[in-house]
Amino acid sequence: MSQKIAITGMGIISSIGNNVEENFISLQSGKHGISDIQMFETRHAGAIKTGEVKLSNEELIQKLQLDEDNNVTRTSLLGMVAAKEAIESAEISEINGYRTGLISSTSVGGMDITEKYFYSYENFPEKQKYIDAHDAGNSSLAIAGYLGLKGMVSTISTACSSAANAIMMGAKLIKNGVLDRVIVGGTDSLSKFTLNGFNTLMILTDSYNTPFDNDRKGLNLGEAAAFLVLESEEIVKKENKKVLAYLSGYGNANDAHHQTASSENGQGAFLAMQQALKISGLAKEDINYINVHGTATPNNDLSEGIAMIRIFGENQVPEFSSTKAFTGHTLAAAAGIEAVFSILAMQNGLIFPNLNFTTKMAEFDLTPVTELKKKDINHVLSNSFGFGGNCSTLIFSKS
Amino acid sequence: MSSVYINSASCISVQDTLNENILQNLTPESSVQMLKAIEPNYKEFIPPAMIRRMSKTVKMSSVASHYALQKAGITQPDAIIVGTGMGCSQDSEKFLKNVIDNNEEFLTPTFFIQSTHNTVSGQIALALQCHAYNFTYVNTSSSLEFSLLDAQLQIKDGEAENILVGSTDEQTGRTMELYCLHNIIKKEKDLPADYLHSTTDGVIWGEGASFFVVGKNKTETSYAKLTDIRIINTLELNETQDFIQDFLKKNNLSARDIDAVILGFSGAATSDVYYTEAMNIFPASALLYYKHLSGEFNTASGFSTFLACHILKEQQIPEVMMVNGNTKSEVKNILLYNHLARHDHSLVLLERV
Repeated sequence: MSQKIAITGMGIISSIGNNVEENFISLQSGKHGISDIQMFETRHAGAIKTGEVKLSNEELIQKLQLDEDNNVTRTSLLGMVAAKEAIESAEISEINGYRTGLISSTSVGGMDITEKYFYSYENFPEKQKYIDAHDAGNSSLAIAGYLGLKGMVSTISTACSSAANAIMMGAKLIKNGVLDRVIVGGTDSLSKFTLNGFNTLMILTDSYNTPFDNDRKGLNLGEAAAFLVLESEEIVKKENKKVLAYLSGYGNANDAHHQTASSENGQGAFLAMQQALKISGLAKEDINYINVHGTATPNNDLSEGIAMIRIFGENQVPEFSSTKAFTGHTLAAAAGIEAVFSILAMQNGLIFPNLNFTTKMAEFDLTPVTELKKKDINHVLSNSFGFGGNCSTLIFSKS
Repeated sequence: MSSVYINSASCISVQDTLNENILQNLTPESSVQMLKAIEPNYKEFIPPAMIRRMSKTVKMSSVASHYALQKAGITQPDAIIVGTGMGCSQDSEKFLKNVIDNNEEFLTPTFFIQSTHNTVSGQIALALQCHAYNFTYVNTSSSLEFSLLDAQLQIKDGEAENILVGSTDEQTGRTMELYCLHNIIKKEKDLPADYLHSTTDGVIWGEGASFFVVGKNKTETSYAKLTDIRIINTLELNETQDFIQDFLKKNNLSARDIDAVILGFSGAATSDVYYTEAMNIFPASALLYYKHLSGEFNTASGFSTFLACHILKEQQIPEVMMVNGNTKSEVKNILLYNHLARHDHSLVLLERV
């Protein structure tokens, strides 16, 4: 890439922690966040486990010190927590001091509130303020408003690859001099809508997800938000900024196979990884670790594994792990979460384990890293794939 | 920002925009709360079994994107970028109703699968067997503008030469009821709407899909040069003129160079003041409006961008769009200014080719 993009800040909230430090501790100690559903009403509570953030909307509102008359839904609340931490970690005091943007992503937007009052809004005048807060774009406007950001604000919604695409677009805006600084990532709250959607697709496990295991039974959904701050080289130099890592490559491609399922040969994933490597200018041997998409559905892990073998060669796939056994699949936020984990892996020279793995898949010889492992990591490749055949790969490099 | 070209434009809207003589056949509407897009005979484009399964936004996009590609002579675009405010609203609503009505039991996945915001861009890729870059922007009011900006960046980065860019939004039963309840849609007693001098809030809601092929090179089919785009999430009223002037200055233009300004007057008094403010910069330009033809919706600017393309190509300004009496012997530069309820202000600058 003609210009590596500096990452100067990051923030996260997930089922394994309310900030970067807490997430890091959980990742090191192998403490996952998959539990019984407590925060929203569903008949599946007790039967289906998710990676839930155990803070109610009221608690999040309090934590963020929002006005009482706010109309912020859970997706935006989680986003605000993570975006705020990202800004603080980048030591940004004047948010509009440079041409700053926010490219966020979400799949559900304000669905958590919509599904509560969908038929009954007429009877709850005090809840009607949430009608405006349903659309996905509104969540980014709310987060930008909370940060006091005035500039380019956009939302990408390409299902489970959304945050990767938000990061990608942010990088392009900086690379082309459209923006000096951009906050990128994603946020998604759990909702009855999503839970039942995935449940009808029969890709949810009734237990704990086991990525890349031969006997994997499906995914746990999760909720989370994570944001990175990307800044131009000029700001980094001028302000003598500490760089956490660089975004050195990105690629998006379409599987063009099926609305929800991945192709047998992982064509979309293959093309996305190939494109990201091309843009980074790195050789495939330079990749020290892959944070795989690894949802633990039979279809994804097989397709992704085949695509990795096609890219790296038989017996040459770098060490990899899926961190979704920790957090669940956090959908539009997933690539943001995993970007933070990838950066933590490089900063601390650690590969976080792929929990719950016991048996290698019959189809190929791929074994994830299952214990916390020390390793010098210079370049991480991170995959995220979504419905609509949307496949994205990001490459992060050590600062 | 380096220029790119709009090499084809296709639109399904409240007007008969798939037909010929578009600029001559525009009919305003101000007396109903909602305006429906005129649907083509889908049978010519989509197998009957699929027509029943597809939502309106997918069907409209399928046809509009088909024409956009065909007119530009492109069979495989190098990227597909779609903007939508509400996504697949009909299927989302259907699935949500099923979840609630059946108390989370006996559900089938079809509506959920089709509810994803990127269903349109994914379906187009699937139909074309197109493995290229595939993005979906979902902003309150700047989804098309971000899609155009992304297309510009893709071309500038050398990643693509011909890109399918589109915007689409559909109406949905319950959502429209809620918009009426929350006064997003104009109260019946406040109709007919006065689009230019409204004293009441609320808008007439529309729907539609517009698709374009954005190319690196000017071609025989080119409609316009896409010169520049600017987007901001929020703007104080007294910053409107600076916002526009800065943009013109960056493009080495003055207000006098802008032959026509297409403003997003929607009939919502509180937010239309931005357009009134913007008008003052352009005493000599032809000032135009369009939401009395399309209705307001999250991607209404797809319709105005489509009309701007035709105005530039045909060098004709329809009288039904005129706010003032200014006319121009040549329309070289068109500026589009839009926002929705004060959110997502955007400026798009198009030039005659």
